[in-house]
Amino acid sequence: MSVLQLRGVSKSFGAIQALTGVDLTVERGQALGLMGDNGAGKSTLMKIIAGNFAPTSGEIALDGVTVHFGRPIEARRLGVEIVYQDLALCDNLTAAGNVFLGRELKKRLGPIAWLDHAAMNTRAGELFAELKSETRPRDLVRQMSGGQRQAVAIARTRLSDPKIVLMDEPTAAISVRQIKEVLDLIHRLKETGHAVILVSHRMPDVFAVCDRVAVLRRGALVADKPIANSSPEEVTGLITGAIAAA
Amino acid sequence: MTTDSNAGHARIDATIASRREMSWAQSVTRTQPFWVAIAILFIGFVMMQVSDVFMTERNMFNVARNFAFFGIMALGMTAVICTAGIDLSVGSLMGLAGIVTGMVMQAGWGIGVGFLACMATAATVGLINGALIAYLRMAPFVVTLGMLAMARSIAMVASNNKMIYEFGPDQDILEWIGGASVLGVPNPIWVLAILTAVFWWAYNYSTWGRWVFAVGGNAQAARLAGIPVERVIVSVYVISSLTAGVAAFMMIGWFGSVTNALGQTYELNVIAASVIGGANLMGGVAYALGAPIGAALMELIRNSLLLAGIDALWQQFFVGLFLIIAVLLEQIRNRGRS
Repeated sequence: MSVLQLRGVSKSFGAIQALTGVDLTVERGQALGLMGDNGAGKSTLMKIIAGNFAPTSGEIALDGVTVHFGRPIEARRLGVEIVYQDLALCDNLTAAGNVFLGRELKKRLGPIAWLDHAAMNTRAGELFAELKSETRPRDLVRQMSGGQRQAVAIARTRLSDPKIVLMDEPTAAISVRQIKEVLDLIHRLKETGHAVILVSHRMPDVFAVCDRVAVLRRGALVADKPIANSSPEEVTGLITGAIAAA
Repeated sequence: MTTDSNAGHARIDATIASRREMSWAQSVTRTQPFWVAIAILFIGFVMMQVSDVFMTERNMFNVARNFAFFGIMALGMTAVICTAGIDLSVGSLMGLAGIVTGMVMQAGWGIGVGFLACMATAATVGLINGALIAYLRMAPFVVTLGMLAMARSIAMVASNNKMIYEFGPDQDILEWIGGASVLGVPNPIWVLAILTAVFWWAYNYSTWGRWVFAVGGNAQAARLAGIPVERVIVSVYVISSLTAGVAAFMMIGWFGSVTNALGQTYELNVIAASVIGGANLMGGVAYALGAPIGAALMELIRNSLLLAGIDALWQQFFVGLFLIIAVLLEQIRNRGRS
């Protein structure tokens, strides 16, 4: 069964039709590259899946069950995690602090509960080790490289062992060496059976980690095919409209 | 697993192990309160050489009691500043809370009712500040500046511009709380010490403290992580107001009287104490220990100037000067880091 299924998802903002009848499925352990020009509807689609807003029409199903998200926190509860483009990290907190932000581990003695720093640091350390990232749980995020910051944001999504991880332009603003780190992280997510949707402008990244590529143009899905049967040239044509559909 | 990836894993483990995390001493010496504490010791040492009066028990007692009130209020202020906010209304609130307490006790109510009235007044002002800032998204500077004027005005109206020096049946208890000592330490110092411990614990070990820092670091990220950002913001303004209420309550006990001018211009000293103690006005950085340390430094400077025979009219000049220097130092240190 598909972990995520979109059926005829449309979204309009007033007179503007941002998405028109998008059908899309994602399987476990699979990465889907979502491509399209600026304004093609990628962000809108991501935000609908992440629960930032509801579709005007159409359905979302997780593991075959139709779901309705009112807020991002509800989507997260049902196993949809998102890595925002700006990563949404608090620079003044430690790596472990960010991983556990909003779901802190606590110890309790009668009515008094306090943060269990040791447990959070240990668990965060395990998550970083699983991601094979050189990130130390007690370091402040402020002092970290772009790749390490990505690792923190990705480790956070793994805390709840989500069904699906959405990644919005994770390689847009980092160095070449760090891009490799992030792509490795995505591979690691796939190996552990998570579904990944990767929104990216960078063709090489999508072809490096994704199993399928889907292309949006002016709010409509114009292609959804295995990456092995496609090529960067074809995808470019689909994005610009030189190729109508594939 | 291939041997290649195992080797890679081992290499990463080795790298992580070799790069040791900051030791306790390293992390302490990086904080502003530590360096301010060093400055206090230095000034104290110099003053011991220069002045015979400085180290006398009487002078130390006065210094300690004077800074305790600012320290108590600065604790609440650190929470507000940590969320990138500011509370300019604490001085006026002291006047209002003090007058309300005085009127309630003058009318014959006991110390318990007086204290509750004081705290309720403070909480109300804090709730109004917090709600306007959190839910109507108004600038903290504007809201609390407006409250600065309004709270003082209400205090004047309520007191009819008269001093209150009759506190009913529990006058003795009130004066004991604010003016007496236990084990040779002035009561306000005890309150400051206890509250500092509470704030230290809350900043390091409570979910609330963690959320206050998260909101100050990146409010949007905090919201996405499911933190009730608005409620956290309201809470810091309520807490700042409550600490001002406690300070007012103790201060009228110390003075044995209250006028509606109580706490006038204290907001400057309180904010300066927090900032000198390492709270960053941009949000996300605050130290519980910084509040008493910052307040102590300012009182020490005030006292030193006095003992050195410099005109008392210069005092506010030095408070302002140290505020500016503290912010400047913070900026220089941040530049060095990034």
